[in-house]
Amino acid sequence: MQWEVVIGLETHVQLQTKSKQFSGASTTYGAEPNTQACEVSIALPGVLPVLNKQSVECAIKFGLAIDADIAPRSIFARKNYFYPDLPKGYQISQFELPVVGKGKITIQVPAGKNTEAYEKVINITRAHLEEDAGKSVHDAVEGMSGIDLNRAGTPLLEIVTEPDMRSAAEAVAYAKKLHELVQWIGICDGNMQEGSFRCDVNVSVRPKGTEKLGTRREIKNLNSFKFMLQAIEYETQWQIETLEDGGTIQQATILFNPDTGETRAMRSKEEANDYRYFPDPDLLPLEVTEADKTRVRADMPELPQALQARFTSEYQLSGYDASNLTSSRAVADYFVAVVNAGGDAKQAANWVMGALSAKLNAEEKTVAESPVSAGQLAALLKRIADNTISNNAAKQVFEGLWAGEGEVDAIIEAKGLKQVSDTGAIEAIINDVLAANQAMVEEYKAGKEKAFNALVGQCMKASKGKANPAQVNELLKSKLG
Amino acid sequence: MMINSSLKQLGQQLASKQISSVELTQAYLQRVTQLNPTINAFITLDEEKTITQAKAADARIAAGDFGPLTGIPLAQKDIFCAKGWRTTCSSKMLETFIAPYDAHVISQFDAAGAVNLGKTNMDEFAMGSSNETSYFGGVKNPWDFDRVPGGSSGGSAAAVAARLCAAATGTDTGGSIRQPASLCGFTGLKPTYGLVSRYGMIAFASSLDQAGPMAKSAEDCALMLNVMAGFDERDSTSVNREKEDYTRGLAHMHGEQPLKGLRIGLPKEYFAEGLSADVAKVIETAIAEYKKLGAEIVDISLPNNNLSIPVYYVLAPAEASSNLSRYDGVRYGHRAAEYNDLQEMYMKSRAEGFGAEVKRRILIGTYVLSAGYYDAYYLKAQQIRRLIAQDFVEAFKHCDVIMGPAAPSTAFKAGEKTSDPVAMYLEDLYTIAVNLAGLPGMSIPAGFAQNGDGKPLPVGLQIIGNYFDEARMLDVGHAYQQVTDWHTQMPVALENI
Repeated sequence: MQWEVVIGLETHVQLQTKSKQFSGASTTYGAEPNTQACEVSIALPGVLPVLNKQSVECAIKFGLAIDADIAPRSIFARKNYFYPDLPKGYQISQFELPVVGKGKITIQVPAGKNTEAYEKVINITRAHLEEDAGKSVHDAVEGMSGIDLNRAGTPLLEIVTEPDMRSAAEAVAYAKKLHELVQWIGICDGNMQEGSFRCDVNVSVRPKGTEKLGTRREIKNLNSFKFMLQAIEYETQWQIETLEDGGTIQQATILFNPDTGETRAMRSKEEANDYRYFPDPDLLPLEVTEADKTRVRADMPELPQALQARFTSEYQLSGYDASNLTSSRAVADYFVAVVNAGGDAKQAANWVMGALSAKLNAEEKTVAESPVSAGQLAALLKRIADNTISNNAAKQVFEGLWAGEGEVDAIIEAKGLKQVSDTGAIEAIINDVLAANQAMVEEYKAGKEKAFNALVGQCMKASKGKANPAQVNELLKSKLG
Repeated sequence: MMINSSLKQLGQQLASKQISSVELTQAYLQRVTQLNPTINAFITLDEEKTITQAKAADARIAAGDFGPLTGIPLAQKDIFCAKGWRTTCSSKMLETFIAPYDAHVISQFDAAGAVNLGKTNMDEFAMGSSNETSYFGGVKNPWDFDRVPGGSSGGSAAAVAARLCAAATGTDTGGSIRQPASLCGFTGLKPTYGLVSRYGMIAFASSLDQAGPMAKSAEDCALMLNVMAGFDERDSTSVNREKEDYTRGLAHMHGEQPLKGLRIGLPKEYFAEGLSADVAKVIETAIAEYKKLGAEIVDISLPNNNLSIPVYYVLAPAEASSNLSRYDGVRYGHRAAEYNDLQEMYMKSRAEGFGAEVKRRILIGTYVLSAGYYDAYYLKAQQIRRLIAQDFVEAFKHCDVIMGPAAPSTAFKAGEKTSDPVAMYLEDLYTIAVNLAGLPGMSIPAGFAQNGDGKPLPVGLQIIGNYFDEARMLDVGHAYQQVTDWHTQMPVALENI
C-alpha cells in the first residue's frame, strides 16, 4: 500500500519584547536563576497581570505579514494545570478567540533526489499570544530539583498550521520560512538554541488517496531543522510499519532523541490534562482597531513577497534569484546595498548567491558577519564592469577582501591583476604565441575550430591571465584571417 | 468619648494637636489588648510597626503635610498584602507568609498617612458568611458573643462594631462587607467593580472581588473611599476615571426634605419569602423615615434575583479553583513535611493547607470548568449573570437607588449553619446579585431586632446604586444618619472598657 504522511506544525515564537507578557520583569536570556522574576513572575498572592502592548504589536505584525484576519476583539483564557515551573497553576493563553486568525505562508520546497523544487501555500489556522513557563533545573543541587522562573511569563506567539504538509521536506521548508519571516518582521531573534523558536510537529499517516486523517502523534520541542527532518522521517516510517504490522496508532505526545535518532512516547492521550480553559477575569478583552493596524503596518519593513516582486520587475531578476535573495532580510538588505552602491544587479545577485554565500556557508557565518562589505562587493563589480579585471581575477580579489587585505583597487594593484586592454601589448603576445604554435595554426586553418580555443588559452596563459579575453578573441580572429 | 468619634472629629483633634497619633494609636491598641482575646477580630498585631507609623504620622502633622486620615489607626482585612506584615487570608496555607509588597489599598492608606493597626480575621480566602471558616478561629459578634459577626470580613466588622479601630477595610465578593455590616451594625460600602484596585488583594473570585470601607458612618466611609478609589494600571480591570470627592454632597444633607426628588426602588423579590419578620419590620420603618426625608418610593422587580445564588456558586468557585492553584507548596506557603514525589507533595500540601469550605469550592469550581460540563454550568451561569445585570439596568430606569435588607436575618449563633452550606449560602440572598452586576452596594444601621435572649441585634438597610454612583449613595446614607442615631450605638457592655 502507498502511504501519505500528513503534517501540521505548532510553533512557539518567543517575542522580542523588553519585558514579560504580563509584567515589567526583563526578558533577557541567560541571567542568574530567578533574578528576572518579579512578584508577578513568581505568582505571589494578590498579583495581577497587565498585558504587554509591545507583544500585541508583534502579533499584529505577524498577522499583517501572513495576510491574516486580525481579531478586532480577542480573549485571554486560563489554561489550568499543575507543574512546578508554572507558578500560577495556570498559563494565560488564548483559546476560543485568538488575536490572529486564518492566514497563508508560501513556501519554497527545494529539489530532492527525485523531485523538482516547487512552491506551496501553507494555511495558518491561527496565532495566539501566551506566556512561557519557567524551567525546572534537575540536580543543580544533588538529589533536588530547582525552579528558575526567569523565563516564566516571557511572551510567546503560538502559530498553528492546518495539516497541509505532505513530507518532512515540506515541514522543514515551512519551519525555515516561518523562522525567516518572524526575524524579517523583527518579532523574534530566531535563536533556536536558546529556545526562541520551538516547533511541535503533528504527524499522522493515511493510505494515499484517502481523505480521513490518521491518528496523530505530536513530536514536542524540536529545536533544529536537522532534528525536525530526522524526527519526522523516523516517525513517519514507524507509523507506517506499525500499521502494516497490523498495529494501531495511539494519540500521544512524543519526544525525539537526537542521539539515537528515534522518537518515544512521553504521555498518552489518556494521561492528557483537562485544562479547564475559561476566560481570564483579570484581563479585559484585547481590542485591535483599524488604526492600530495602520500604525503597526507603517512600522513594518517591506515583506519578502513584495520585495521579490520588486526585484523581478525593477532589476529584471529571475523568480528563482528573487526568491533566494529574499530568503532572509539580511541577505536582501545586503543585495540592495550592493546595488545601491553601484553594483550591477544581475552580477550582484550572482555574487551574493554564489561566491559570498559559499564562503559564508563554509565558515558558518551570517551575512551580517561577512568580512566583505556590500560597498566592497559593489566596488569589485564595478571593476569587472569597466574591464579593469577579468571575472577570474575578481575571484582572487574577493579572496583578498575576505582575508582583509585591503580595498578592491589596492588588492588589484598588489596582486597585479589588472587586465591588459592595450591592443599593442595584446598583439605582441598573440604574435609570440602564433610563432611558437605553428602546428595549431595549421590545424585551425584546416578547419579544426578547437585549435582556436587552444590558441586563446595560450595567449591568456602568456599574459598571466591579465589580457582582456574578448580583445584576445577579436585580434586573434583577425590575424588568422 | 474618643472611641466613638467620627473620622472627621479624630482628624480635627489630630490636626489641632489635641491628641497625637501615637496617643490615639496606643489607646486603640490598649482596647485591642483587652478585648481581642475574647472577640478574636485581629489575627496579626505588630505594635512596633504600628507605633512607627503613628510616629511618622505625627511628624507629618507637625510638618503640616497631612490629610484627613493622617494619624488615624485603621484595621486591615488580612486579605491585603502589606509589606513586612504576615498576610494569611486566614488560611493555614499562608500561616507564615510575610508579604514582600504592598497592596494598592495599603499603599494608598500609607500615602494618606493612616496607621495600620493590625490585620483582621476573616473567612478563609474570604469564603464564608460567618467567619467560621477561618483557620484562626471564629470571631465574636460584639452585640452577642454567642453569635457570628457575619463574613467574610468578620474580623474587620467586629473591630469596627466594638470600636477596636477607627475604621477598617473589607472586601466583598458576594456580600462580605454588607452582610457583616448588617449583622454588626455599622456602615459598609462595596464600591462599583473596578473603582478600587485589586492589586495585592488576595484573589477569591476575580470578577466579583471588590475592596471597600467599613466604618461607623456614611461620612466615614466617604473619607475612606476618597483614599481607596482611583485608577491603578497594575489592575487591568481598574477603571480609569477622574478622582471624585465622595464627601462633596454630604453638607447638603441637612434641613427639610434633603432627599426631595430621590426615587427609591423597592424590589418585591427582596421582601418575599426568606426575609425574617423582625428584619422586614426594621427595613419598613427605615423606608418610612426616607419618605419623611422627601424620597419617593417606586415598586420595582429584579426577576432573576432568585438565580443569583446558584449562578454565584458556579462562577465564584470556578474562578477560585484557578486562583488558588498557585498555593502548591512550591514557592511559598504551606508545604507538607513529608512526601515521596511531586504529586504527593501537591496533594498533601493542599490537603493540609486548605480548610473544608475552601476545598468544597475548589472541587465545585474544578467540576464546573471540566470538559463536558463547562457549557452546562460555567457558560450558562455567565449568560444568566448578564440577565441579572440587565434586571438592574431596567430597574434604574425607574429609580435612583434601590433599597432593601442586606441580610435575611440578624446575626445567627455560632455553629448554627456550619453543617448546612446551603443555609449559609442563603445569607447572601440580597447581596450577591449586586456583585454579579458589578454595582455598588452599602449597608447602613437601621435599627435593632430583639433576639431570644433579649439582647438587641442590629439590622442593616441595603442601598444599591447605579454604576459609580457611590457619592449619591453616601449622601443618601448620610441624610438618614442625620436624623437617626443607630449608627452611633455600640454594645453597652463594651462602652466603658
